[in-house]
Amino acid sequence: MGSTNSTLLKIPNVEVLMQETGLKLVAEENCLNVSPAHIIRLHDRFKALDKEGRGHLCPHDFGAIKELAMNPIGDRIIGAFFSPGKETVDFHTFVKILAHFRPVDKDRPKEPNSPEPINSRSNKLKFAFQLYDQDKDGKISRDELLQVLRAMLGMQVTDEQLESIADRTIQEADLDRDDTISFEEFRKSLEKINIDHKMSIRFLR
Amino acid sequence: MAFLQQFALLLALLIIFSTSCKTAMLEVDSAEVGLNYSLKSSATENISTSTNDSTGGHGSSTITTLPIVIWKWHHVETPYLVALWILTCWLCKLVAELNHNITSVIPESGLLIMMGFILGGIVWGADKAQTFKLIPVNFFYYLLPQIVLDASYCMPNKLFFSNLGAILVHAVIGTCWNAGTVGIALWGCYEGGAMGNLNIGLLQFLLFGALMSAVDPVAVIAVFEEVHVNEVLYILVFGESLLNDGVTVVLYNVFDAFVSLGGPKINAAEIIKGIISFFVVSFGGSFLGVVFAVLISMLTRVTKNVQVIEAGFIIVLGYLSYLTAEMLSLSAILSITFCGVCCQKYITANMDEKSVTTLRYVLKVMANGSETMIFVFLGLSAIDQNIWVWNTGFILLTILFIVIFRFMGVFFLNWLLNQSRLIPIDLTDQFVMGYGGLRGAVAYGLAASLDEKKIPEKNLMLGTTLIVVYFTVILQGITMKPLVQWLKVKKATQSDLTLNGKMNNRVFEHVLTAMEDICGRMGDNWWTRHWNYFEDKYVCWLLMTSDARKHKDPIFGVFHKLNLEDAKKYVNEGESKGSLAFIRNYDNASVDFKKQLALEYADIMPDIMNDMSEYDFGIDNVPVTSVMKNPLPSVSLNVHELDRKSMLNDLSAHHLLDQHLYKSRRDNRPTYSRSHYNTSENPDEMQEIFQRTMRSRLESFKSAKMGVNPAKKLSKHPKKDSTHKPNGKPADPHRTHPYGDEDFEFSADSASSSEIAGHFPRRNTNAPGAGVDNPAFIPEMDMSPPMRNPPWQTETANNMAVAPSQTAQGRLPWTPTNLRHLAPLRMSTRSTDSFAMADASVDDEAPEEKSGSHHTRL
Repeated sequence: MGSTNSTLLKIPNVEVLMQETGLKLVAEENCLNVSPAHIIRLHDRFKALDKEGRGHLCPHDFGAIKELAMNPIGDRIIGAFFSPGKETVDFHTFVKILAHFRPVDKDRPKEPNSPEPINSRSNKLKFAFQLYDQDKDGKISRDELLQVLRAMLGMQVTDEQLESIADRTIQEADLDRDDTISFEEFRKSLEKINIDHKMSIRFLR
Repeated sequence: MAFLQQFALLLALLIIFSTSCKTAMLEVDSAEVGLNYSLKSSATENISTSTNDSTGGHGSSTITTLPIVIWKWHHVETPYLVALWILTCWLCKLVAELNHNITSVIPESGLLIMMGFILGGIVWGADKAQTFKLIPVNFFYYLLPQIVLDASYCMPNKLFFSNLGAILVHAVIGTCWNAGTVGIALWGCYEGGAMGNLNIGLLQFLLFGALMSAVDPVAVIAVFEEVHVNEVLYILVFGESLLNDGVTVVLYNVFDAFVSLGGPKINAAEIIKGIISFFVVSFGGSFLGVVFAVLISMLTRVTKNVQVIEAGFIIVLGYLSYLTAEMLSLSAILSITFCGVCCQKYITANMDEKSVTTLRYVLKVMANGSETMIFVFLGLSAIDQNIWVWNTGFILLTILFIVIFRFMGVFFLNWLLNQSRLIPIDLTDQFVMGYGGLRGAVAYGLAASLDEKKIPEKNLMLGTTLIVVYFTVILQGITMKPLVQWLKVKKATQSDLTLNGKMNNRVFEHVLTAMEDICGRMGDNWWTRHWNYFEDKYVCWLLMTSDARKHKDPIFGVFHKLNLEDAKKYVNEGESKGSLAFIRNYDNASVDFKKQLALEYADIMPDIMNDMSEYDFGIDNVPVTSVMKNPLPSVSLNVHELDRKSMLNDLSAHHLLDQHLYKSRRDNRPTYSRSHYNTSENPDEMQEIFQRTMRSRLESFKSAKMGVNPAKKLSKHPKKDSTHKPNGKPADPHRTHPYGDEDFEFSADSASSSEIAGHFPRRNTNAPGAGVDNPAFIPEMDMSPPMRNPPWQTETANNMAVAPSQTAQGRLPWTPTNLRHLAPLRMSTRSTDSFAMADASVDDEAPEEKSGSHHTRL
C-alpha cells in the first residue's frame, strides 16, 4: 500500500484530476486507501513515453509509438492532445483526454449540479468532431472531410470517388445547406449510433 | 375467405396425402417406405429394385403385343414417395401459414408439429402402424446440412466474430454444463428411487444428458426477428444454437464411446482421452470448415465464366465439407458452420451479384424446406407405439432439470462474461436467453440413433426426448413472444444506412486503437485492427479477385448502396406518377420534353421514332435513314439551344430515353439461354463508363470551384491523363479497354476548347458519335454532330448502327431521384447517370420491367 500511495503522491494534483476525469480509483470515497490502479498505470505509461524525463510530452514522443505511426489518422489523434498553440502536454491533460474514452457508468449517482462528465456523449462526439475540424472554425468543410477520407480510404479508391463520397456525406448531414457540417449537424447525423459503445475503452472503466 | 381457402387447401392436402398413403400400402411389404426408404437400407433397396426389375418394366419378356402405355409404379416408387412427402410437408406449411391470427400466437414450428400429429393420425388410421418415420441417417445427411449451411452463410459476420467469445463460452461450456448436470441429476434421482426400476447406469444418463443439451431455437429466432430484439441478444442465441449443435454431437459421441467401452474399463486415462478427443473433434472440424471456406473462396475467383452454376459450387463444396468432416470423424456441423461463416464475405465479393442472390434464395428454399419436413416428421413420430414407454418420474424430472440447469448455466456464464464486457448483458436478456433453450430435431435425431443393444432403455429416452421437444417447442414457443414483450427486452435500434455513420464508425475505430496504443495496452481493438491488417494484406489477396478487392472498402460500399437506392427510388417515383414527367418540374425549365427527346435521339433511335411518330415532335418524320446517312442533321443547332437552357432537363431526357432505347431492342433479344442469364455484364465496359463519368465530373467540379477552365489544360495532355489515374497509380494493367483510345478523347472533348474540333471528324468515321457528353459543353460545334450516342454503342456502331450492344442492352442507366443526392448541383451539369450505373452491378430486372410498361404508356 505504501508504495502505491507514494507513487500517487508524486502525481501532481491527483485528486483534482480524479474528480475531473472520473477515472475510478476503485472506491471513490477513500481513494488513497485503495490502489488507484488506472491513474498509476497511466502515469507509468506517461513516464515511459516521456523518454527524456521532462515531465511533459511532445508530439514526437507520440510519434515514437510504432503502431500509432501506422494509424491512418494517427497525426490527427496526436494533434488532439495538444491544445492550439501548445507544443507540450502534461500528465493532467493527458489523462483528461484519455478520460473521454471511459465507458459511461450507469450506476454512479447523478449529482444534479455537477458539471457534465468528461465522458458524456456529447464530449465524446466533440472529440471526434475536432479530429475533422482542423482549423477550429466549428465546421467541417469539404476539404477537411476529404483529407480524413483520403487518409482512411487510402489507395483503394480513386480521387474522384473520394470526392463524390465526400460530397454525398456532406449532403447527408448538411441541414442548412451551407456545404459544411457544423457540430450540431454532426451530432444529428450520428444520433442513432451508440456512441457509448463505439467510443469507449473497456480497460479505462 | 381465409378460412375457406384454408379448408380447400387442407382438402387438397389430404387428397395428396392419402395418395401417398395408398401408394405406400400397395407396397406394404417393403417395411421402410417414404423417406427412410431412400437411403439407409441400401440392402432393402437393392432387393426391391431387383424385384422391380423382375416384376414390371422393360425387363418383362412376356409381352404379346406392343403396349402403348404401361403402369410402371415400381420404377418410380421411391423418388415418387419422397417427392410426395416433401410436397405434403410443404403444403402443411402453406396451410399453417394461411391464417395470420394463428401464426402470430403459435410459432410456425409448433404449428408444423401439430400438423404432423394430424398426418400421423391419418397414417395411423390407415395403416395401424408407423410406416413413415424420420431416420437419423436421412436427418443428418440430407436435412440438417442445408439448414446449418444456410444459417451460417446468413450469419451477420461482424456481429458474430465480435461476440465470438461469449458465443463460444455459451456453446462449449454451457453445453457441457447442461449435459453433465442433467445427466448427473437424473442419475441421482434414479438412485434415490424417483423413477422405479430402470436398466441404466450413470454413463447412460450422461449420454442422455448430452443429447438433451442440443438447443434448437428455430421458434425463438423467428420470434426475435419478428420483435427485432437487440442484436447482441440475437447473435448470442443464434450463434450459440448453431455451435451448440456441433458441440452436442461431439459430446454425444464421446459419451457414446464411453458407454460402449463399458463402466469398468473407464479409468483416468480414458477420461483424459475423451476430453482430448472432444477438443480434437471440435477444433478439427472447425479447422476443416475454414479450409473448405478458403477453397470455396479461391474457386469463386475463377468461376466468372460459368456464372450459371457459380452458386452451385458453394452448396456442393459446403456439403462436401460436411461429409469430409464426417468421414474423418470430426465434427461435421462445426465444419459446415465455419465454412459458411468464413467464406461468406469473400464469395459475396467475388461472385456476380446475381449469383449471390441466387445462392441466398436457393439456400433459403432448401433450409426452409428441410426445416418444415423435420418438424412435420417430429409430429408424425408421435404415432410410433414402440417408443411410448411411460415413466412419469423420468419424463417430468427431465423437463424440470433441463429448464433449471439451462437457467443456472446461462446466468452463471453471463455473470462471468459481464465481468469483462464493455456492455454487460442485462438481466432480461439473460432471462430470455435461458428461456430460449428449446429442444429440437438434433436431440431427436441423436436419440433415434441410440443403439438399442447398448442402451436397453432407448425407447424411453426417445419418447422422453419427443415429449421434451413438444413441450419446449409448443409451450415455450407460444409463451416466448408475450414474454419478450412483457419483459420489454431491448429492441434493436433501427439504424439507417448513412455514409456519416459508416465513416465515423471507422474514425472511432481508429481513435480507439490509437488510444489503446497510447495507453500501451492491448484491447479488443488491437485484435480487430491486426486481423484487418492481416486480412487486407494476405487474405484478400488470396481469396478475392482483384476487381472485388478494389471495391471492398465499407465506406465505398455504403456509398454504392446509397446510390443504388436512390436510383431505384428515382425509377419508382417516376413510375408511380405515371411517367417520368416529374423530372421536368424539378427545375422550372419549360422545354418541350417530347420535342427535345425526339431531337436528342432522332439519329440513334429509329424504333422509338417510329413508335412515337404519331405524336407531334416538331420534327416532322425525319427519315431515319437520312439521319443516319447525314452526320449533320439540320436539327442539331436547335438542340444546342435547348440544351443551354437547361442542363438538368437534358440530363433527364438522357435517362428517360436511354430506357426507351433499351426497351425498343428488347424484343429482338433471345429470351432464353441455357448457359447465361439474359445478359452478362461486361466489367470492362462498366469500368470504362465509370472512369469517364468520374473524370468529367472531376473536371466540371474543378471548373466550378476554381472558376477557371482547367479542361483546356487537360486537353493539352490527354495522353497523360488517360494512362494515369489521378492518384498516381497507373491504370490497371489487367484491364484492356476496348475503348481505350477514346478515353482521352472524351476528356478532350469535354473541354470547351477549340481543339476538340480536330477530334470530331475522326469520330464521325466510325460512329454517329460517342460519349454521353452534354452537347452544351461544345457550343462552338454547330457543324459537328451532337455526341449523344452512349459510349458503349460505338463498338457495335459499324455493323449495327443504332442498337446498343448485346451487353449494353441489359444495363439500364439509373439516375438519382434527386440529383442533389448524388452530387452537388455544380457537379451535375454533366450526365451523372453512368456513374450510378457503373457502380450498379445489380439486377436490373425490375427497373427494366417498369421501363417497359412505361414505354407502352408513352
